[in-house]
Amino acid sequence: MNRWIAIFVLIAAPLRAEVDITHVTSASGLEAWLVEERSIPFVSLELIFAGGATLDSDEEAGAVNLMAALLSEGAGELDAQRFAARTEELAARLQFEAGRDTVSVSARFLTEDAEDVIHHLRLALTEPRFDPPAIERVRGQIVAQLRRDALNPNTIASQAFAHAAFGAHPYGRESNGTPETVALLDRDAIEAAHRNAITRDRVFIGAAGDISAEDLGLLLDRLFEGIPVTGAEPVGRAEFLAEPGIEIIPFVGPQSVVAFGHAGIPRDDPEFLTAFVVNEVFGGGRFGTRLMQSLRTERGLTYGIGTFLSSGALGETYQGRLSTDNANVEMVIELLRDEWARMARDGITAEELERIQTYLTGAYPLRFDGNSSIASSMASMQYQGFDIDYVNIRNDLVNALTLEQVNDMAARLYDPEALFFVIVGQPVGLN
Amino acid sequence: MFAHHIALAALIVASLLRPAYAEPVTYAQLENGLEIVVIEDRRAPVVVHMVWYRIGAADEPVLQSGIAHFLEHLMFKGTESMAPGEFSALVEANGGRDNAFTSWDYTGYFQRVASDRLELMMQMEADRMQNLHFTEAEWLPERDVILEERGQVLESRVGAQFNEAMMAALYKTHPYGIPIIGWRHEMETLTGEMAMAFYQQHYGPNNAILVIAGDVDTEDALALARRHYGDIPPNPHVAEVRRAAEPPHLAERRLVFKDSRVGTPYVNRMYLVPPRRTGDQSEAAALQMLAALLGGSATTSVLERRLNFEEGIALSAWASYSGMMRDYGTFSVGIAPVEGVSLEEAEAAMDRVIVEFLQEGVDLEQFERVRHQMRASEIYGLDDAQARARRFGVGLSIGLNVEDVKGWIDVIEAITPEDVIAAGENLLDRRASVTGYLTQPAAPELSQ
Repeated sequence: MNRWIAIFVLIAAPLRAEVDITHVTSASGLEAWLVEERSIPFVSLELIFAGGATLDSDEEAGAVNLMAALLSEGAGELDAQRFAARTEELAARLQFEAGRDTVSVSARFLTEDAEDVIHHLRLALTEPRFDPPAIERVRGQIVAQLRRDALNPNTIASQAFAHAAFGAHPYGRESNGTPETVALLDRDAIEAAHRNAITRDRVFIGAAGDISAEDLGLLLDRLFEGIPVTGAEPVGRAEFLAEPGIEIIPFVGPQSVVAFGHAGIPRDDPEFLTAFVVNEVFGGGRFGTRLMQSLRTERGLTYGIGTFLSSGALGETYQGRLSTDNANVEMVIELLRDEWARMARDGITAEELERIQTYLTGAYPLRFDGNSSIASSMASMQYQGFDIDYVNIRNDLVNALTLEQVNDMAARLYDPEALFFVIVGQPVGLN
Repeated sequence: MFAHHIALAALIVASLLRPAYAEPVTYAQLENGLEIVVIEDRRAPVVVHMVWYRIGAADEPVLQSGIAHFLEHLMFKGTESMAPGEFSALVEANGGRDNAFTSWDYTGYFQRVASDRLELMMQMEADRMQNLHFTEAEWLPERDVILEERGQVLESRVGAQFNEAMMAALYKTHPYGIPIIGWRHEMETLTGEMAMAFYQQHYGPNNAILVIAGDVDTEDALALARRHYGDIPPNPHVAEVRRAAEPPHLAERRLVFKDSRVGTPYVNRMYLVPPRRTGDQSEAAALQMLAALLGGSATTSVLERRLNFEEGIALSAWASYSGMMRDYGTFSVGIAPVEGVSLEEAEAAMDRVIVEFLQEGVDLEQFERVRHQMRASEIYGLDDAQARARRFGVGLSIGLNVEDVKGWIDVIEAITPEDVIAAGENLLDRRASVTGYLTQPAAPELSQ
C-alpha cells in the first residue's frame, strides 16, 4: 500500500563489481553467458528471442503476444490446469512475455528440480496446445487489457507518440494489437507466430546461480530439442517521421500527460554511451537531473520527469515524459524548449560531467546483485550486442569521456526545433 | 553535544540462524532506544541502509492528513549543516540510490550503495534524525510537488480512487480510512511549521529501527551504528499516538464508483480481519493460506479455476490478505466479469464459490502445492537483500519482533486445512466489510 507513495519506485539494479562471466557453448552449439553463484540452491535462466511483435503482420497484430500468453496454458499431455499444477509442484516460476522486439522467457527453479523443470519448460516451448478454450479465455483477457489501455492517458500518449514517430512500420503500432485484430486471430495465426518467433537462431541465453557450465550446457541442449532452427525474416528499419509541433488528445482529468521528443541515437552508434551519459545529466530519472531540478524542485510543476534514449533494434527516439496540472502545460512546454536549447548550445559543464562519471561508475556494480537480475542482464547484454568483457571495461569507458566529446554529442542529440509533443488531457491555453 | 554518556551500549545481541542457507540476521538495541537489524549477504559488494520511524499517516493530527508524507519529502531539504538536496546529491555522487516511503504505520528512508560507503550514509541519516532544517523557499514548492503527486498517482488513476473510497468506507473511525497522501483540501493547507512540529514530536532514535542488509560484517556494522547513531539523545516527546479504534461493525457497506475511465468493470470486497500480531500469528497465517488457496494462482486457485476456467464468467478473480499492519488487517476478494455478465451476477457467483469452498473443504493436493511453493519462496527470497531488509523493517515497525518475522514460515507450515476453513468463516459475515462496484457511468455491464 505504500508502493505508490514512494517518491520514485526503486530502480531495480543489483549486480557485482567484478562479474565473473563464463561463456558456455553446449554440445549442440548453443551459447550462453553464465554467472555461477553457489550459495543459494536455485538457478535463474533467461531466454530472449529477438523479433517479438515486429514479426506480426498488420492484419494479425497481436499474434505473437497472444501466442506468448498461451505458452503457459497447456502443453503436451497437460491442459492449462494440469500444466499450472505441475509448475506449482516443482515450485518453479515460468514467465513468458512478448514485447515489441522480443519474446522473453524467465525461469527460476530449485537446483534439485532442474531436470524436471527443463523438461516442463521444453514442453511449453515445443508442444504448446493452444486449446480453443484457452485461446478464447486469454483473448478475452487481452482485449480487456487493450480496452483499459485505451482509457489510460499514459498508454494513449505512448501510442500516439509511437504512431507519429514511426507511421506504418510495426514500431508505429500497438505491439499487443487492437481489439479488432486480436478478435480475428485464429489458431493458425497463433501457430504461425509460434513457428516464427521461437527459434534457435534468434535466442540469447543468460543464466545465474547454482549450476556449472557443463550442467548448463546439458540442460540447454535438452531444452532446445525440437525447437526449430529458424523462423521469420526480421523486418526493416523504422525511420523517425514525426513533424515538430504539438498534438493534443482531449482526456478528462486534473492533469495532462506530456510525451515529448524527437529522433534518437542508434544503439550500435559508436557514440551511444556518450549520448547515454549526456541524458543522465539532463533527465535520466534521478533527483539530481537538470529537468528534475528545474521543474520539480524549483517550481513544483510535477512529481517527476524523465527522459530516455529509446533505441530499439530497428529504430530509435529520444523521449521524455511527465504529468502536470492542466494549467501548467503551457509553461512546462516553454521550459522544456528552453532546456533543450540550452543543451544544444552549451552542453553540460565540467562539474556536471565529473559528477555523472562518479555516479555512473559507482552505480554500475549495483546492477549485479541477485541471480534473477544477473541472468536477465546476461541475456540482454548479448541481445544488445555487447562483448563479454564489456561489464569489466564499461566504467573505464565512462571515465575516459572528455567534456568535448560529451558536448559534441549534446549538440548532435538535442534539436529544439525538432521537438514533437503529445499532450493527453485538457491543457489550458493550448489548442 | 551533551549526550556522550548515552552512547556505546548494545543491550541485546541475538543471532538467529535458521534455514540451512540463510545468512545470519542479528538484532541489537542501543541505549538511546534505536533498534538495529543486520542481515549479512556477502555475495556482492552492495549494502542497503534503511531507517524506519514508527510513525506514519495513521498518527497525524486532525485536519493535517498527508503531513507524515509531506515531512518525508522535506527530509531531503537539508539540515543545519547540509544544504537542500545535498543528501541525495551526495548519495548520487557516491554511485548510490536513495529514496523514502510513507505508510500508515511507518515512514522509511533508504540508500543502496557500494558497501564501502556505508559509513557516509550513516553519518547523513543520523544527522537528519536530529538536525532537520528547511525554509519556506523549500517547503512551498514541495507542497505543490505532493499535490502533483496526488494528481498523478491517485486522481489520474480510477482504480486508486476506487480503492481510496473503499478504505474510507471500511474504516468508520480508525485513521486507516484516511489516504496516506492526504485529502487534497487538507494537503493544500499544510505548512513547513506543521511538518517540523510533527518531526520534533515523533522522530528520534527511540522511535526508529535501523536495518542494514548486504555485504557487511555484523560486528563492524554494529560498531559503525553505535559510532554514528549512539550519540543521539532519545526524543523525550516520543509517545505512542493513540488511534481511534473501530466500533462494532453492524452493517455491511456497499458503494458504486462510476467513472468514464473504467475499462474493465469489477467488484471488490474488503473485510476487516486481524493483522499479524507478535507471538500470535496463527490466525494471520490461516488467512494467508486462505488467500493463497482462493486466489494465489491465476490458474489453479479456487476462484480462478471455478469462475474463469469452469464457468467462464470471469476475466479474473482474486483473493488477498494484507496483514502487515499494526491495528487491523484486510482480506479482499473480487471478480472482473467477462462481457455480458453483470457485476451483480458476478458478485453472486463469487459468493457462491466461496460458500461451496467452505462446505467442501480444502483440496489436499492444492494445499500441499501451496505449502511447497511457500517453502521454496523462502529460498528464492534470499536472492533479494533489499526485500529481506524491508520485511524486517515493516515487521518491526508494526510491532512484530525479529523472531516473529523469521518464524512466519513455521507458523504457515503449522496451519491445517481445518484452520483455513475456520479462517474462511470470516468471509460469511459481511457486517465488517465493504463491497464496491467500479463501473462506467452508463452501467455497461448489461450490454452485450
